[in-house]
Amino acid sequence: MTLGNLLSGPPVIVAAGVDVFSEALRAQGADVHDVDWRPPGFGDPADLAALALDARRASANRTAVERLMAAGSVLVDVRPAREVIGLTDRTLLHSGPPLEWENASGPMRGALVGACLFEGWAADVEEAEILLSTGAVTLEPCHHHRTVGPMAGVTSPSMWMWCLEDPVTGGQAFCNLNEGLGKVLRMGAFNEEVQTRLRWMRDVLGPVLSQAVRGSIDAGNDPLDVKAVLAQMLQMGDEGHNRNRAGSLMALRELSPSIVASGAPSSDIADVLRFIGGNEHFFLNLGMPTAKLALDAARGIPGSTMLTVMSRNGTEFGIQTAGTGDRWFTGPANTPVGLFLGDYGPDDANPDIGDSAIMETYGIGGFAMAAAPAIVRFVGGTVPDALATTERMYQLTLAENPAMAIPIMGFRGSPTGIDVLKVARTGWLPQINTGMAGRVAGTGQVGAGLVQPPQACFEQALAALAEEARTA
Amino acid sequence: MSPSAPSGGDAAVSVQLRSGVYADSVKLMQVSRRIGAREGVSAVLVAMATPLNLELAAGMGLAPEEQTSPEQLLIAVRAVDDETLADALADVDAALVERERSTGTAAAIPHRTIGAGLDELSPEAPALAIVSVPGQHAVAEAADAIAAGRSVLVFSDGVPVEHEVALKRAARNAGVLVMGPDCGTAIVSGVALGFANVVRPGPVGLVAASGTGAQQVSCLLDMAGVGVSHVLGVGGRDLKEEVGGLATLDALAALDADPATERVLLVSKPPAPSVAAAVTDAAAQLSVPVRSAVLSPESPDLTAAVEALLADMGLDVPVWPSRPGPAEAAVPGAVLKGLYSGGTLADEAMLVAGPALGGIRSNIPLRPELDLGTDLSASGHLVIDFGDDALTVGRAHPMIDPTLRLEAIEALAASDEPAVLLLDVVLGYGADPDPAAALAPALTAARARRSLPVVVALIGTEGDPQGWSGQADALAAAGCAVFSSNAAATRYALDLLGASA
Repeated sequence: MTLGNLLSGPPVIVAAGVDVFSEALRAQGADVHDVDWRPPGFGDPADLAALALDARRASANRTAVERLMAAGSVLVDVRPAREVIGLTDRTLLHSGPPLEWENASGPMRGALVGACLFEGWAADVEEAEILLSTGAVTLEPCHHHRTVGPMAGVTSPSMWMWCLEDPVTGGQAFCNLNEGLGKVLRMGAFNEEVQTRLRWMRDVLGPVLSQAVRGSIDAGNDPLDVKAVLAQMLQMGDEGHNRNRAGSLMALRELSPSIVASGAPSSDIADVLRFIGGNEHFFLNLGMPTAKLALDAARGIPGSTMLTVMSRNGTEFGIQTAGTGDRWFTGPANTPVGLFLGDYGPDDANPDIGDSAIMETYGIGGFAMAAAPAIVRFVGGTVPDALATTERMYQLTLAENPAMAIPIMGFRGSPTGIDVLKVARTGWLPQINTGMAGRVAGTGQVGAGLVQPPQACFEQALAALAEEARTA
Repeated sequence: MSPSAPSGGDAAVSVQLRSGVYADSVKLMQVSRRIGAREGVSAVLVAMATPLNLELAAGMGLAPEEQTSPEQLLIAVRAVDDETLADALADVDAALVERERSTGTAAAIPHRTIGAGLDELSPEAPALAIVSVPGQHAVAEAADAIAAGRSVLVFSDGVPVEHEVALKRAARNAGVLVMGPDCGTAIVSGVALGFANVVRPGPVGLVAASGTGAQQVSCLLDMAGVGVSHVLGVGGRDLKEEVGGLATLDALAALDADPATERVLLVSKPPAPSVAAAVTDAAAQLSVPVRSAVLSPESPDLTAAVEALLADMGLDVPVWPSRPGPAEAAVPGAVLKGLYSGGTLADEAMLVAGPALGGIRSNIPLRPELDLGTDLSASGHLVIDFGDDALTVGRAHPMIDPTLRLEAIEALAASDEPAVLLLDVVLGYGADPDPAAALAPALTAARARRSLPVVVALIGTEGDPQGWSGQADALAAAGCAVFSSNAAATRYALDLLGASA
């Protein structure tokens, strides 16, 4: 036994705890690195110990991270939700953990009402509210259908969805099409402008994109490698959550030839290209299912303390872990801090909403803040703050994803695989970049900013993981 | 583009469009917020004239009248009067050209865990984690080190024994060593960790399930001119039944494989017999010779073990340094009051003195019926270990913080029970930088109040930061008899009690 070369020469010391020992070591000229140790931010010490000592944890987390990183994402189809996930009449998907109408926030209600109107299930708002409040419309989380949706995430049977596939596992993930900014359904707006756009997306955008994607593949081209676009946009000032400019332009570049070749009327093609080109968040709805594919690949690994979901429904924030399957751990959603459009202010902002925190769960978005310093200014931060945010997230994560390199960090891979145990031990919560929906139904977007999950989710997840470790 | 000023009540309004000016939306939102915070400004929108922003402007009653294009910058402000408006517009211009001053590079994010700290090191360099966080939290930090393929020294006390066993099993699987817990000493390639002394490098490796035991042995070897290769402290419980010698066996194997180690001395408090047998068997399989300095009623004396090792090496036993003290007369009928900071030294004192004195009561009794309980000022023969976990809750180890022992000395000075006081003073890294400074005045004061012979076991070397001779002289000046061997000190105390073993 050689103890990892311990006895081969004077060791470098890494010390946690009282500084008297470190001082004595420095007095000897030893190379000492002090850890700024603090008591855990939360968690029963017995739970933390049970997880620290769980013999399965290291290999389970390694497996989880390997699966996450190995997953790819290619665009294979665009189809209506009715066909893709068998979404039946009078069923709507929403973002976040499970939700009842009576607990739904303003923008979630607005989006649900808007979807009922769009589907023709109700003739007006009152009718829609009756349907929703009496349970005549079934509400289900997107995440229960291999689906993710930004903001309210409301997806109805007639909406077209991106269909992405992981070539490694054959897994699939889905997301609706991005409507753009301002008064949009996902932000809780549902007026005629919103309805008109949704109908155009249903009747023109969806079919054109579907034809374009299928046509290209039928012509023998490789399907669009969405993960590769995600990797490239991090080199171009995007972080993949609140900033998708480069990604959206690359998607436009990749899709344009086959859109033109789709055979649709030229006026429709012009409208489609103009719509995509005018929407800086067009790519978000491709990036999110890419992250979802990777995290679904890491589901169901007993002993793993890695997050597979962070998601919000506008009322509650919910997380899931690789070691606890489909179980949700929830707490009241925080309200983001940031900058506001027009004369909207903090009082107009709804609590955190959307499945888009899947990007942070995947290791980009707020975790890759250093790649997109523009974002940190939403809270008055500086470029060094952006670097510091990413630096801090490395201490919450299990690995660095070499596929998602951050140029300014010396092309270091993004901090990937959020570890519940590390969150508890550091007391640092994940950093999420997000849009802000208006608190009142029908308002739409009011701003954008930064937010953190409630600690309560992590407290529950930690206790459940520890319980599982004890009985394993 | 000239400002237009639509009239509207008492408010002054300006809606401008500028071409050839671009700023990103975040910057513009920051400018809007800054202007909106100015006193007297009721509405502001500084934004590119996109359809979305024009709609927002219209909602605020600030829509431009002329034709716009999305490349134009819209600056729309409403204020209470013309002067406030003019100031606000001037501030818009200032804010638009203002440069964001970098505040330098990113503030270094401190590492919060051993795992994060080890992550920064080159994988090839020999490295060791040391953990002295509260006992219930030590396990996660130690587990980090093991997961990183590094050995770890756990100083923390109060670590549950089941955590210790789990960590040591994990370490064995990972091919690394868990030193400690609750045995705060190690010297690795000359680097002294925790409570350890400055001793010369040499051929003897120590495996120690005893902190102060290892210090006594390594200091005596140094005084005999013999150096140590490494001191691997395996934790005070390692040779107990529950732990089963996990770290001891691994440490022996590591020293066997170490080219710098020619002989091994195993130092321990009284072990569990079954574990002692297993360790003896394992030691016999090694190529390096292993000698035992394991305390027991049959082998009560660490100094004797060192002397036997010197004989193994063909070396003469030196005269161990001492200061004879004031040659006080024996006080027959007096009791022994042993006030110790080192648990193994306290054990050794009880093992050496016990046969002559009969039962010695203690907070770390040799037999359960000798348990002192919590009454540290009970009458009769006593040996107290102030380093025991129960007495260090919420305070530093007595080798750093002498408060409790000084209180006990004062209580003894106030008592009229005839007594001989036996103390240990442990020098070296991690210990009080000048223990005699507090102890000598307390002992002088005590001896001024009553007859109280004082015998000190001074564990240290000349090379220690405190220096053995300087401390010995200061204690001798306070009327103490000072010995470098705890066994010798104990026997001298017995002489003073008229009860020589």
